[in-house]
Amino acid sequence: MNSVSLSIALLLASGIRISTPLILGALGETVTERAGHLNLGVEGMMMLGGALAYTVALHTESVILALLGGMLGAMFGSLVYAFLTVALRANQTVTGLALTTFGVGLGNTIGKLGNGANVPSAVTQFFGKGPLTLNLDGIENKPVIGPVLTFINEAILKHNIFVYLAIILAIILYIFLFKTRAGLHLRAVGESPAAADASGINVNRVKYTGILIGGALAGLAGAYYPLAHIGTWTDNITGGRGWIVVALVIFVRWHPIKAIFGSFLFGLLDIIGLRLPTLFPGVAGLAIFSEYAFNMYPYIMTIIVLIASYIRGRKGWMGPAALGHSYFREER
Amino acid sequence: MQQTVSNPILEMIGIAKSFGKVKANDNVDFTLQKGEIHALLGENGSGKSTLMNILAGIYSPDAGEIYINGELCRFTSPRQSLEKGVGMVHQHFKLIDHMTAWENIIIGTGSGLSLGKNAVVKKLKELSEAYGIVLDPLKLVKDMSVGEKQNVEIMKVLYRGATILVMDEPTAVLTPQEIEGLFNVLRRMRDRGRSVIFISHKLNEVLDLCSQVTVLRAGKMVGTISTEKITPQTLVELMVGHQVDLSIERPNPLPRPVCLNVEDLSVRDEHGSLMLNRVTFDMRPGEILGVAGLAGSGQKELCEAIAGLQPKATGHIEFDGKSLLGHTPREIIRMGISMSFIPEDRLGMGLVANMDIVDNVMLKDYAFYKGPWLHRKEAEDKATAIVDQLEIRTPSVNQVVSRLSGGNIQKVILGREINLNPKLLITAYAVRGLDINSSHTIYNLLNQQKAKGVAILYIGEDLDVLMELCDRIMVLCQGEVTGIVNARETDKEELGLMMAGTVELSPAEKSRSAALLEGQADPADKEVRS
Repeated sequence: MNSVSLSIALLLASGIRISTPLILGALGETVTERAGHLNLGVEGMMMLGGALAYTVALHTESVILALLGGMLGAMFGSLVYAFLTVALRANQTVTGLALTTFGVGLGNTIGKLGNGANVPSAVTQFFGKGPLTLNLDGIENKPVIGPVLTFINEAILKHNIFVYLAIILAIILYIFLFKTRAGLHLRAVGESPAAADASGINVNRVKYTGILIGGALAGLAGAYYPLAHIGTWTDNITGGRGWIVVALVIFVRWHPIKAIFGSFLFGLLDIIGLRLPTLFPGVAGLAIFSEYAFNMYPYIMTIIVLIASYIRGRKGWMGPAALGHSYFREER
Repeated sequence: MQQTVSNPILEMIGIAKSFGKVKANDNVDFTLQKGEIHALLGENGSGKSTLMNILAGIYSPDAGEIYINGELCRFTSPRQSLEKGVGMVHQHFKLIDHMTAWENIIIGTGSGLSLGKNAVVKKLKELSEAYGIVLDPLKLVKDMSVGEKQNVEIMKVLYRGATILVMDEPTAVLTPQEIEGLFNVLRRMRDRGRSVIFISHKLNEVLDLCSQVTVLRAGKMVGTISTEKITPQTLVELMVGHQVDLSIERPNPLPRPVCLNVEDLSVRDEHGSLMLNRVTFDMRPGEILGVAGLAGSGQKELCEAIAGLQPKATGHIEFDGKSLLGHTPREIIRMGISMSFIPEDRLGMGLVANMDIVDNVMLKDYAFYKGPWLHRKEAEDKATAIVDQLEIRTPSVNQVVSRLSGGNIQKVILGREINLNPKLLITAYAVRGLDINSSHTIYNLLNQQKAKGVAILYIGEDLDVLMELCDRIMVLCQGEVTGIVNARETDKEELGLMMAGTVELSPAEKSRSAALLEGQADPADKEVRS
């Protein structure tokens, strides 16, 4: 395997790894928005999830408990959001923004208590393993098949379990939303709570469920950074990717499977932005290739998708119809 | 129809429900027998919808008891009501546009993980055949006509095996042919032992379809009567509480020169489809020109084009010799053209729901005030005059509009437009959902305007009213004028066929239609006038 294809394989691999939390976050926000609630608190929930996962990992050295802690931390945030927007019918945008501010602050406060200690090796080693990695001894040097398998191995199969978990969750979520009764009910609530209510669906229960699932998945997304990506706590560890998630959900039009590919595209942009100076030292000096410019590209792509879907057919589906609206049965 | 009075399927006893200070239901009793179609009549705000929403579990009553098959039921959610066999088809359909018919129908039913699509579609086919309902289970609701959507709603009720079907003003948006189809479905349901509660303002429908009628007035129960023993006149008196003249006046228009001339008017929507196709007609002062057509045949675009809200319209619109195209809505208002359009939800256009009556009156006025200040006192006087003149039921002119009942909201819109002293009044669906009494108030207002020499473009739904109120009727079908007829001579069948676009006019009729198109008075009119 030559060095060019190896570096391409490694670039793809980094893109996949960096896109994993984006997939998880986008899946969560998709469920929440499909239930009719716009939760702009993803960044805050990811920070809460990350901080809790980090703290639990430090104290228990248990992978399972750390992940559970991350999920519960973010679910706490989403529960507050759910209570305010479902029960009290508060404005969803304002509540979500407040949740981000709150979550980032509290997450950083909790994370700091770890004094920058590294995540215990029991945990990092677990996430260092690649359960699907092929053993290519002896095949590596065969013609054609050797390089191809090596490429696939390096790019796709050497990842930690988190990566595959995200993809499996996306498939499960797709089946849930489009093939099951509960999924139909969730989508019905997001499209028209009044119609769902008149059909005998417990609207508030569905909304709470959707928002809490969204929180749990945002928690997993947040936990990815200290546990599997960085290995310790740093300030603002999620680095604004909660906002990328919000854009991503629109970009993939609230679809779990498309979320995998959309996340990968956004992740790849992210990693290209980081690697470009080392890969092509010549162009890195240009402003449009700086890492800051690359931070901007996901948003530009989202805007392009919004414009494209607007042109393609304004009669087409433009997201859950009741997204962002509160529901009160006896409203006249 | 004969029935056993001893075997009611539903009894509602002493129902009370208040919204703030308003008693929407005050000690109401209602009894429904098995296998009957029972009409529920009353003016706007008399509490019909409230009573049915209580039955459907959407509102919880302040007092009273509901017995279904003799069993006491307390509903705290629609689900509990559905489980007891009550199915309601709401006036504004509760359907999800971006889902198919079968998905809409099974929402909230069944248990388990799988949707069982094939079994559902099969059962729907059987029900379709049994009740004569035309339905494509795989069609998206957003692609359906109003009639098809109603079929989905009815199927939703049948699919759940409901024994009591509540229909809240189901005929308001249907063609005569669709209404007949609906009635046949309802009769079949009755013959199979299901019971139907039918809410309508159209008395002839009630007398045609129902065996019993219960009348509500101002939240109180007036009585239940068999329709065999009753005339429309007595029914109205029961609803209103005093004698009402049911006939609609129609003063003859005076021969005056044409004031509005529309030629080859075409409008495309945002997707580029043709919503109005080369529409040509004219109007004279002191004339009511009715516009008939199925919902979405271009009525909205026609109103908007004249009012200046369709800047991309092509063709010619001339009013008093001046071209209207290319002018802003405000310039057109200054020329004396006023439009009131009552959309299906009654609030979507024309009024700001969270402002009070005074502010809403000011919305059309403020641009003509001198200086930067609002003249609230002046607007308050106007609002008070409108409230008095149109008998709008409101605690005060400072009441927020969304708190008024539908009929009163419509009176506010129309009153405000008339208050501007227009020369051309465009009014679309002015009596949508209004009861007889309020409707007649509005017809009288329009006739007063007509007598003052105002040209009135009346876009309506009820063909009976169009034929009684208007001088000429223009029929729109898919954006094209399929005919302009003398309202004094036409009949429902002719209009219905033109609405469907299937009429073949005989040469004689064509020349008559052409003459009417030119705005020449019909020969038949001259005799009346001379």
